[in-house]
Amino acid sequence: MTTTTLAVLVPVLPFLGALAGLLLGRTAPGFARPLAVLPTFAAFVLAVLVAARQGGDGALDAATELAPTGSVPIELALHIDGFAALVAVLVGTVATCVQLYSTGYLRHDPRYPSYAALVSLFTSAMLLVVYSGDLMVLLVGWEIMGICSYFLVGHYWETPEARAASIKAFLVTKLGDVPFLIGLLALAHDTGSFRLTRILGAVSHGGLDHPTVVALLLLAGVAGKSAQFPLHTWLPDAMAGPTPVSALIHAATMVAAGIYFVARLLPVFEASRAAMVVLAVMAAVTMAGSALAALAQDDIKRVLAYSTIGQLGYLSGALAVGDRGAAVFHLLAHGAFKALLFLAAGVIIHAAGTNSLAAMSRMGDLRARVPDAFWTMTVALLALAAIPPFSGFFSKEAVLGAAEHVATGHTEHAPGAAGWIVLVAGLLTALLTGAYATRLWLLAFRGRGAEAPDHGRQPLVMNAVLWVLAVPSLAFGLAYGALPDWFDGRDLAPTLQTAVLGTGLALVGVLVTYGTWRHTTALAAGTPLGAVAAHPGGDAGEVEAEAIASHTPVYGDVASAPDPADPGRLLLGPLHRHAAAGFHLDAVYTVLFVRPVQAGARLVRFLDRAVVETYVQAAGAAPRLLGGAVRRAQTGNVQTYVSALLAGTVVLTVAAVLVATGA
Amino acid sequence: MTLAAAAAPAAHATTTAATQTHGFLSPTGVEIAFLLVGLVTLGAALVTVTTRQLVHAALWLVVALGGLAVEYLLLTAEFIAWVQVLIYVGSVVVLLLFGLMLTRAPIGRSPDTDSGNRWAALTVALAAAAALVWVVADAFRTTWVDLDGAPSGSTEVTGQALFQNWVLPFEALSVLLLAALVGAIVLSRKAKAEAAPPAVPGARNGRGPAEEGAR
Amino acid sequence: MHLAYPAVLSALLFCTGLYGVLARRNAILVLMSVELMLNAVNLNLVAFDVWLDRAARDTLHSGQALTLFIIAVAAAEIGIGLAIVLAVHRNRGTSDIDRLRDTAETPGGPDGPDGEDGGPDDPEGPGGPDDPEGPGGPDDPDGDAHDSDGPAATAAQKAEATA
Repeated sequence: MTTTTLAVLVPVLPFLGALAGLLLGRTAPGFARPLAVLPTFAAFVLAVLVAARQGGDGALDAATELAPTGSVPIELALHIDGFAALVAVLVGTVATCVQLYSTGYLRHDPRYPSYAALVSLFTSAMLLVVYSGDLMVLLVGWEIMGICSYFLVGHYWETPEARAASIKAFLVTKLGDVPFLIGLLALAHDTGSFRLTRILGAVSHGGLDHPTVVALLLLAGVAGKSAQFPLHTWLPDAMAGPTPVSALIHAATMVAAGIYFVARLLPVFEASRAAMVVLAVMAAVTMAGSALAALAQDDIKRVLAYSTIGQLGYLSGALAVGDRGAAVFHLLAHGAFKALLFLAAGVIIHAAGTNSLAAMSRMGDLRARVPDAFWTMTVALLALAAIPPFSGFFSKEAVLGAAEHVATGHTEHAPGAAGWIVLVAGLLTALLTGAYATRLWLLAFRGRGAEAPDHGRQPLVMNAVLWVLAVPSLAFGLAYGALPDWFDGRDLAPTLQTAVLGTGLALVGVLVTYGTWRHTTALAAGTPLGAVAAHPGGDAGEVEAEAIASHTPVYGDVASAPDPADPGRLLLGPLHRHAAAGFHLDAVYTVLFVRPVQAGARLVRFLDRAVVETYVQAAGAAPRLLGGAVRRAQTGNVQTYVSALLAGTVVLTVAAVLVATGA
Repeated sequence: MTLAAAAAPAAHATTTAATQTHGFLSPTGVEIAFLLVGLVTLGAALVTVTTRQLVHAALWLVVALGGLAVEYLLLTAEFIAWVQVLIYVGSVVVLLLFGLMLTRAPIGRSPDTDSGNRWAALTVALAAAAALVWVVADAFRTTWVDLDGAPSGSTEVTGQALFQNWVLPFEALSVLLLAALVGAIVLSRKAKAEAAPPAVPGARNGRGPAEEGAR
Repeated sequence: MHLAYPAVLSALLFCTGLYGVLARRNAILVLMSVELMLNAVNLNLVAFDVWLDRAARDTLHSGQALTLFIIAVAAAEIGIGLAIVLAVHRNRGTSDIDRLRDTAETPGGPDGPDGEDGGPDDPEGPGGPDDPEGPGGPDDPDGDAHDSDGPAATAAQKAEATA
């Protein structure tokens, strides 16, 4: 088979798997697991094959036009360069791991078939986005991801949190998608094509009339999809979904799509320096703010969610300084270790019966209960904190190096201001990342207190997946030497200054947090906190759903817990309260958007009920009254009818006579 | 207003001539007779529609129809008068009496012979009467019919008119009577045994006048 | 003779019959009233025929011919009418016109509580089977069948009679 055929099969196979899963899920539940895992795995293998054949050489382009679509043609096009090939491999890896993990995680879930089918569909859509060479086709995958995320986040729709979160995720991403679509159309209008290659060709010849407008419009969609400030608020709430879904959305697919899109169209953004600065500011605010928020969260998954937002900020920062090689490098590394983090968190939640760090810090032997999760999570957290030699170190250093490169004025790709913004924010975030990673580790695994309730052994497949993902988390960073061949060819090796600075700051964060923890942990025994809500018999998904549902009733808030033993509380000081609430952005949105919209809706409802309804009711009531009046005449008595008839006849006759005689 | 102008123009000359000869209130003998018989007829008719005894109503109808036959005679329409007596008094009223019996009509005064529609009916009837009488009297108050000379409704005259000018309608009428016969049979077929007799004689009697008219 | 005498008599007779048609409850009495109306018309026709014969030398005698036709048609009508009345009486146990109210719309739908009731003064309703003396009683095996399609059959019969 040609590489093109293989590449086409990569998104098609999970799609067919999803179709088959949806069709057969109810009638043949036995097929649900193979139908979920095998197409995804096959897509992964094919993606690896495509990557091997492509090998970082010139981009592979193939296109066919199904039907003429007017002035700007829409074509089914592939554009596979090194970025696409490697990102597809990442997507395949994570999706396969998530599918395998889900078979154990949602063992007893009656909705597993539809869940697995939606994950397959999600994977297929992401692969379509990755491989597509046509922006309209890309948009199709983009939107399918949006709707799939709605369904998957709302998997536990019995809980109000999940319902609200799914709607929020959908609406917020949709809010970005509208300007995104307008931006795409404007871009196509300027360049005369939706094809990636032609757009890039036109941009390189300066064929873009309104680069800033287009770039900013596109950035709105990217901010929504990739959870960048100010459209990031859906992502922490999306933790109400099952853990594997969180891993899939936050590691490899949905949030990566926005970054990947910018990486593909980076020349378009580079054409507007304003857009680059905006992107840099957006990245900086996102990074620093989300790292602070992560330090204050109590839900283990919300910590990871904010860390995802922060890492995505790094990715946007790398793009803002015009180095998409570094961005995609960090995207790949982050995809691996963040998937690992989420999946391990799922195991921990299952074992602990709670998602609350405060409750975990009062469990004595969680580390021994889940040794696989402990070790792999340690690896992943080290990668997250960018401690050498884990993968995160190299990828993050690549980003910081690129920023420093720009800041010191060595390149014309991006404005120097963007470089400084990204560099400073990145270093600050490195410090904070070290801090919250340490806090997470300490609270989850170094708790003291009663033994955690026994929830039985984790399914083997869940632990196996963790180790599979631990390998790239551990060692992927060493590929920095080979990756430039796949990317733009720019060097990704860490530079000395940024490496020392970044690692030093991260270590400072780690040590400070450790010291604080030593200080506060004595308080833990004094204030007992309990939130172990799940019953031991259930599978992991059930435990998690109950844990999420019980967090608010127990602690009064979905995000934070009143735990004085929390080192984050001491570190953040008065900032803690605001950080826990995500800096009140939701409240601001409530005031700015939700309340006016609700007031408008109430007004419309009032108008509808009081004004429009009156007309409608009158339109119905008037004929009814008339009909009632007429109905009274319908007595059924023939003599009455004849009387009326003859009376009318007499009247008419008299009238006719009078008229005829001219009286 | 004068409706006389709207009357038949052909009679106009005669009308004006007669106006001079015969005043409106100058009754001749025939007129007095007509008036008296007419009063009896009208009274019988009124009793027919107001009496509370159903059988009496049929009998008063006989009086009214007989009175009308006399009026026909006074108008020199002999043949019509005899047909009236034969058909109406002889068969129709008998048929109606049969009908009353078969529907188990109560004999004697029954309290509810008038329906609740009575006052509306009275209003309509009085209004119609007022309008008709007003129009007719106004239009023909001076029109004079000369009843002297050969009777205009003798059997010979009527027969000639009927079979010279009205043959086709006459035959068509026999088809109508056939249809009535078939209809009566169809209607009475559902009535197993007891209702068959009145329906079939009805059709037979319906056919009667045509045969008699042909005679 | 003044033409006004027969004309006015005819008009009054007609209105008397009209009153009877509208006011009488028994269907046979209504038929009698119809006869009165027809006869009033006959009188009119004869009177004007005679008048035209004398005044305009009319030899067509259309008035008298028409009178004869009306008499024949009236005889046929009385036969059919009585057959209908008897059929109704057989099916419904009554020949009272104001009880035959199947065409009336009932407030509660076709099977409403007072669906077939003529009114509060009419507790028995037109239901034939309820009447122990009615021909549709238990002694008539077809009574129920007639009763079930009573309204439809009556309507069909009326339509036939009209046709």
